[in-house]
Amino acid sequence: MKELLEGSMAVAEIVRLCKPGVVSAYPITPQTHIVEELAQIVADGRLDAQFVNVESEHSAASVVLGALAAGVRAYTATSSQGLFYMSEVLYNIAGMRLPVIMTTAARSISAPINIWNDHQDVVSLRDSGWIQFHAEDIQEVVDLHLIAYRLGEDKSIMLPVMVCMDGFILTHGLETVDMPSAEQVDKFLPPYKAPYKLDVENPLTLGPLVDPEYYTEARYALNKTHEEALALIPKLTAEFAKTFGRTYNGLVEGYQLKDAEKVIVAMGSVCGTIKEVIDELRAKGKKVGLLKITSLRPFPANAIYDALKNTPKLAVIDRALSLGSFAPLSAEVKAVFFGKPKKPQNISSFVVGLGGRDITKDSIKEIFRLMNGKDKQAEFIDLKPELLKENYE
Amino acid sequence: MSKTLFAPGHTACAGCGQSMAARLVLDAAGPNTIIVNNTGCLEVFSTKYPESCWEVPFVHSLFENAAAVASGVESAVKYLGKADAINVIAQGGDGGTADIGLQALSGMLERGHNILYVCYDNEAYMNTGVQRSGLTPFDTNTTTSPAGAVSIGNLRPKKPMPEIANAHGIPYVAVASSGFGQDLQRKVKKALSLKGPKYIQVHVPCPLGWRHETNMTIQVAKAAVETGLYPLIEYENGVLSSRRQITPKPVEEYLKLQGRFKHLLNKPEEIKKIQEIADNNIKKYGLKAEAQPA
Repeated sequence: MKELLEGSMAVAEIVRLCKPGVVSAYPITPQTHIVEELAQIVADGRLDAQFVNVESEHSAASVVLGALAAGVRAYTATSSQGLFYMSEVLYNIAGMRLPVIMTTAARSISAPINIWNDHQDVVSLRDSGWIQFHAEDIQEVVDLHLIAYRLGEDKSIMLPVMVCMDGFILTHGLETVDMPSAEQVDKFLPPYKAPYKLDVENPLTLGPLVDPEYYTEARYALNKTHEEALALIPKLTAEFAKTFGRTYNGLVEGYQLKDAEKVIVAMGSVCGTIKEVIDELRAKGKKVGLLKITSLRPFPANAIYDALKNTPKLAVIDRALSLGSFAPLSAEVKAVFFGKPKKPQNISSFVVGLGGRDITKDSIKEIFRLMNGKDKQAEFIDLKPELLKENYE
Repeated sequence: MSKTLFAPGHTACAGCGQSMAARLVLDAAGPNTIIVNNTGCLEVFSTKYPESCWEVPFVHSLFENAAAVASGVESAVKYLGKADAINVIAQGGDGGTADIGLQALSGMLERGHNILYVCYDNEAYMNTGVQRSGLTPFDTNTTTSPAGAVSIGNLRPKKPMPEIANAHGIPYVAVASSGFGQDLQRKVKKALSLKGPKYIQVHVPCPLGWRHETNMTIQVAKAAVETGLYPLIEYENGVLSSRRQITPKPVEEYLKLQGRFKHLLNKPEEIKKIQEIADNNIKKYGLKAEAQPA
């Protein structure tokens, strides 16, 4: 059914339909509307779940870890500092192969404290072992949650999945959303059956000490599973399309790539703005396109190569930094082409939209314009040089 | 003797008080129990892959989050409708409980989960090599509170964890000792008969860290109780409901057994301070046994 929904309400509703038995969260802006709505849903008896109000994000992550260890589907949500406070547990959840599903309202990180959107929090967690999806709009946020549960809980995967939605832009934005019916969701997502769990009838030890004899293989297997997820994701999105009628690649999505001479690579809600700019520029005869990355982890290197190997000029937009090094997404996209027979002539890197600074159509046009010259390295767009002149002498 | 649920063959040190106490706790709890363990000696010496001592379901996640993981396990058990059939026990050492894990524990106690939390108190970070914790006693010589020319050891008395747990308004708090095994098992059974959060703190000598003979574990544990330095008490619904009465021995009887207090033995002024701690406990909890009629 199509309805006008705030992003957070849409997430709460799809989570309700996915029927987690344990929900645990700690409030942090801009994740709050999601968990408030879920608390109300549980309070109204519309979801049979234990809602555990914890004293910190560290415990929120630990509670859902415990629920999954006991064989029960679970859900949590966080953002920014909360994600960082969880991070010790998040690495642990992935290593323990427990399919926790989490929504992350992507937000800047402190200092300076700032509650608005960028990707510095989520991108920092790229090595945690979690599968990490980035949504462009609210419909995609909803659909990626369904795919996340199916993927994470697949017996061949057993990994946690983080669905990233841009803070405020998607959490607080309104959009007409085609919300699936309970029957559709039940058909696509069967009840969770844990292949291993805490069971007094069949006692297992989870989370043992592992010495150098065995540790490497445990981590190797984790990495290998990410490769296997790359193969499974398009199969699941094909099945998703059959049930729900919406088609996703799940790894990357091309927009006006055929014949494009300049292509921007980006993640998240900015892709909507980029598509609008592309439409305008195409109307003027400019051959421009977009490659949206939906799955940051596993990183779809082959899909990116296939989509962009013949593109003359590439620009990668990062809404995050790897302080002291290349912008993180740009470094990975460049690595895709290293040693390959075909590659773009130019790959530029731009940093844009930190801490909620609007990325306007003009920002995107400026990036397309700057792609004409030499390669840019982590060039900041919409920087205010006048603010950099303070001194303390 | 009935079969134990905590299998032998683990890698604990000879004379480890914690391994004894953990076995007593689990056997008192029985097979319908899920154990959630903090990182620490117990988890390390009992779960080295591919072996495990635990004949009940066991999960270890991190150093400080057993109380929170157990909260998730208990919520899942409740969701599955098995809350009445399964005991959930969270456990950790003194550092994992009173220092780094205190926040998670406080949250668990405040939220009212039906979980027994057991703190195995060996009074320092033994797994990492005898560093001082919040439950290290006053004047103890540890690797991070060493006695030296201008220091007498640990500067602070033990954090009052049983009282902190009790202040959460939970139904049951008890202090036990590996020197009094039947008392420990009685307390575990009592705790598990009550709904809601429960806290038991068990004094567990560590021959390596306390530097006593490995065959002296029980005697050392008993001496802590008999001097008044480790009162065995119970709080039920916030009220002190029992205490093990003693005919108090001087604290030297306990201190002299252990290398960690050796630096105090020629310092009567320090012994006096420790005797005051024992005397205060004796008074506060009414530990002194009344004289038996002749």
